[in-house]
Amino acid sequence: MKKINLILICFLILGGMIANAQTPKGSLLIKNATVLTVTNGTLEETDVLVENGIIKKIGKNLNAANVEVIDATGKYLMPGIIDAHSHVALDAVNEATAPITSEVKMADVVNPYDIGLYRALAGGVTISHAMHGSANAIGGQNITLKHRYGSYNPEDLYMKEAPRTIKFALGENPTRVHGRGNGIQPRTRMGVDAVIRNGFNEALQYKKAWADYEAASKQRGANPVPPKYDSRLETLVDILDGNIIIHCHSYRADEIYALINTCREFGIDNIVFSHVNEGFKVAPELAQYTMGASVFADWWAYKFEVYYSTAYNAAILMENGVITSINSDSGELIRHLYHEAGKAQRYGELDDEQTLALITINPAKQLGIADKVGSIEEGKQADLVIFEGHPLSVYAIPQMTFVDGVKYFDINEDPDDMRLKVSASEALEPIFLKEHEHRCMHGVDFFFTNFGRSLFNHSH
Amino acid sequence: MKKLIYAFLLVCLPLLGHAQFDGEFIKPRSGKFLLQNATVVTVTKGTLANTSVLIDGGKIVSVGQNIPAGDAEVIDCSDHFIYPGMFDGGSRLGLVEVNSLAETQDYAEIGQVTPNMQALVAINPNSVAIPVTRVSGVTTTLAMPSGGIFPGTAALINLNGYTPDQMYAGFKGVVLNFPSSARRSTWDRRSDEDIKREADEAQKTLNEIWGRAETYYQLQQANAELQYYPEMEQLAKVLAGELPLLVEVNAATDILSAIDWIKSKNVNAILTGVAEGWRVADKIAEANLPVITGPMLSIPTRQSDRYDAAYTNPGKMAKAGVKVVIRSNDAENTRNLPFNAGFAAAYGMGKEEALKAITINAAEVFGIADKMGSIEAGKDATLFVATGDPFETKSQIRHVFIDGFRVPMSNRHIKLYQEFLERSPGLEKN
Repeated sequence: MKKINLILICFLILGGMIANAQTPKGSLLIKNATVLTVTNGTLEETDVLVENGIIKKIGKNLNAANVEVIDATGKYLMPGIIDAHSHVALDAVNEATAPITSEVKMADVVNPYDIGLYRALAGGVTISHAMHGSANAIGGQNITLKHRYGSYNPEDLYMKEAPRTIKFALGENPTRVHGRGNGIQPRTRMGVDAVIRNGFNEALQYKKAWADYEAASKQRGANPVPPKYDSRLETLVDILDGNIIIHCHSYRADEIYALINTCREFGIDNIVFSHVNEGFKVAPELAQYTMGASVFADWWAYKFEVYYSTAYNAAILMENGVITSINSDSGELIRHLYHEAGKAQRYGELDDEQTLALITINPAKQLGIADKVGSIEEGKQADLVIFEGHPLSVYAIPQMTFVDGVKYFDINEDPDDMRLKVSASEALEPIFLKEHEHRCMHGVDFFFTNFGRSLFNHSH
Repeated sequence: MKKLIYAFLLVCLPLLGHAQFDGEFIKPRSGKFLLQNATVVTVTKGTLANTSVLIDGGKIVSVGQNIPAGDAEVIDCSDHFIYPGMFDGGSRLGLVEVNSLAETQDYAEIGQVTPNMQALVAINPNSVAIPVTRVSGVTTTLAMPSGGIFPGTAALINLNGYTPDQMYAGFKGVVLNFPSSARRSTWDRRSDEDIKREADEAQKTLNEIWGRAETYYQLQQANAELQYYPEMEQLAKVLAGELPLLVEVNAATDILSAIDWIKSKNVNAILTGVAEGWRVADKIAEANLPVITGPMLSIPTRQSDRYDAAYTNPGKMAKAGVKVVIRSNDAENTRNLPFNAGFAAAYGMGKEEALKAITINAAEVFGIADKMGSIEAGKDATLFVATGDPFETKSQIRHVFIDGFRVPMSNRHIKLYQEFLERSPGLEKN
C-alpha cells in the first residue's frame, strides 16, 4: 500500500511538472531602433526592454542588468508578423470524408520538424493559424501556433492562450469534393448553405437534449438515459455558444452574404472570412456583422470563382472599416508577408500604419489574441522582428526574429541547413521545383486529375 | 433642302449627347507625345535628370533637355521617372484565362514532341490579364508553351494590340524540357526510382528525336524530297540556327548534363528555370549560356538549403559572369515580375543589375536590343512613367507606352476598385 502511494505521489509530481512545463521565455534589451508599434505610431531611436517574454518597457535610454543588449541603430523593429491562414507544420490538412467534420483537430497533426516554420521565422512570422483544408462546408478545428522552432514537442508550438477556431468552406471546393466527387450534398451553393444550417439546427437539438437530460436528472428518483455523446455536434454547440471563432474559406460575394445571414440568424458574431476575393463587393456587410476578412494581396484567376477579383480588395475593405488581414495559405508566401502587405500600397495607396496592421494587429484580432500580441506595447508578449530597411520596402531584409523574447532567427548566426532531423531512409535529398502554393485542398488532390502535372495549376 | 438637313441635324444634336451608353471607353492611342522633365533611367546611358523624351510614330525620337514640344501632346513628368518597359522572360500570360479550367488552358498540347505548336497562335490579345499586367510597366513577355519534351515554340509579345501579329515582338524559340531529376512540386510523390527511370527514358527519347532531326536537316540541306513532318521541320530550324532552343532545366546535375548536351549538339541555346544555377554558376558562365531564371519568390529547392536560396540565385549567377534575365513564370500575376527583380536586387544582385535583367539583358538575349530594352533615340517607344522605383510596391505607375501607343491606365481590377470603394447603395438601401 505504501509503495503504491509512493508511486502515486511520483506520478502526481511528474504530472505536475508536465503541466507546468513552460516554453522558453527570454529577456533582452533592444537599443535605438525605429519602433513600428502599429498601434501607437512610429517611435524613432527608441529602446524596448523585454523581461521574461513580455515587453516590459518602451522608451529612451533604457538600461537593464544581466540581459542581452541588441544594438538596432538604423534598423526597424516591428511586432512579429501573424499569418491568419496557414497550413505550415501540418501533417494532414483535409479530413474530406463528410461535409461536416467539426470533431477533427489540427492540434493532433502538428509537425514541429517542418522546415517551413523556420522559413516563416526568417520572414518575420512568429504566429500562424494552422488550418484545416477547404474540402468540407464545416471542416476541422484549427490551431494557433507560435513558431518556437527547435522543440520536438508539438505542444510547445501551441499558443495555448489563443481561443478555439474552426474552418468553414464555401463554394467550389466543398461542392467539388462532396457533390461532384462523392455524389452527396452539397453540390451547389444552395447545398452548402443547407449543410451549415442543418448542422446548426441539429446542434441546437443536441444541446436541448442534454439540457432536458440534465433537468430530468435533477428530479428526485429519476434515472433518465443520457443522450449519445457526439463530439461533432458538441463542437457546433460551442460555435453557437460563441466559444469558437469561425474562419471561413470563401470567394464570392453571394456565398459570403449568405453565410453572414445564416450567422446572424443563429446569433453568431465570431466569424472571419478568409480569402474573400469578392469581399470588396459586400464590404459594408463585412464591416457591420463580422470580425473581418483575411485576404490574399493579389491572387486571382486560378479558378473560376476568383476570376472577378481585384488586387484592390484589401484597400477597399480597409477603407470600408472591415478588419482586414493579409494571409499566405502557402509555405512560400508566408516567407514574405511584409511584401504581400506592401502590395496594398501599390493597389490602393494605404498608408504605412494601415498596411502594417494587415499583418500584425488585424490578424491578431481575427484570432482573438489582440490583447497579447500584434503590436509593440508594454505588457504584450515579446514577439518581435528586426528589419534592415523599412519592412514595406521590397529591399527590406529581416535580421532577427523573437518569440516570447527568445531569438529563433538570426541572419548572421544561423547555419544554412536548419533542419531538425534528416530522414534516415533518404538516400538522396529530394529537389522540389515548387512549393504547392494553395494548400487548402491538400489531401484531396485526387479530385483534380490534372494536378501534379503542371507547375501552374492552383488548387486553392 | 440643305436647310432642312441642317435643321434635322440640329434636332439630332442633343440626342447624340444622350447616347444609349454612359461614359466613354478609353482606347490605346498613338501619336506624338512629349514626356517632359523627368528623371530618365535609360539603363544603357545612365540616369538623366530633368530630361524629356519625345515619342512619335511608335519610336523614341529624341531624349534630351529642352526638346521643343511642337505639336506633340505634352505630359508633365516632373518628379517622375521614365523606365524602359520591363520584360518577363517566361510567362503564360495570354495562353490561359482561368488556370483550373481546361477549356481555357492553351499552353500544353498532347504529345511529347510538338515543337511546331506555336504559342503566338494561341495568344488571346483580349485576355483580361493583359491590361491587368501592363499597367505595372511590364510591357513585354515571353509566352511559353509547356508539357512534353518539346512542347512548342515560345513567342515574345508586347502587351498591346488586337492580333497576335500586332503584339509580336520579334523573338521565337523552341522549348526543350530537359530530362529532370527534380520533383515538379512538393506534391510530386513519385519514388526516387520512378524519377530516375522517367528521366532516363526522357533522355533516350530526346536523343532519338534529336538524331532524327539531324537526319531530317541533312536531307533538307541535300534538297531531298521530304514527307510532311512538321515536328522535324521546326527542329531543323534550330539546327539551321534560325531559332534558339529554350532549355528548361533546374536541378544542378541536370544543368551540367544540359550544358554537355548543348555543347555536343552545337546549338544555339538559352537556359531557362535554372533554379539551382547558383550551385554551378561557374560552369554556366564558362559555357557562355544566357539564363532566364525565376521566380525569385519561391522556396529553396532543397530543405537543407538556406532559406534565401531562391532570392540569391540570380545575383550569384550574375556575379559568376552569367547573363541573367528574370522571369515570373506566372500567368495572371506576371505583374509581380518587378517585385521578383526587387528581391533579387536586395539579395545580392543590386538594383542596377536587377533592372538590366528585366530590360536590356532580355532584349539582348532575345536579339532585339537594337529596338528595345533601354531609353535611346531610335528605339521603340515601349516605356513607362512611375512616381519612383518600380520595384517598390509603394511606387505608382502613371503612364505606359507600348510601341508608341499610350495604353489606358485601367483594367478590370481598377474598374472594380472604382465601383466598390464607396458602394452605392451601401449597407442600407436608403
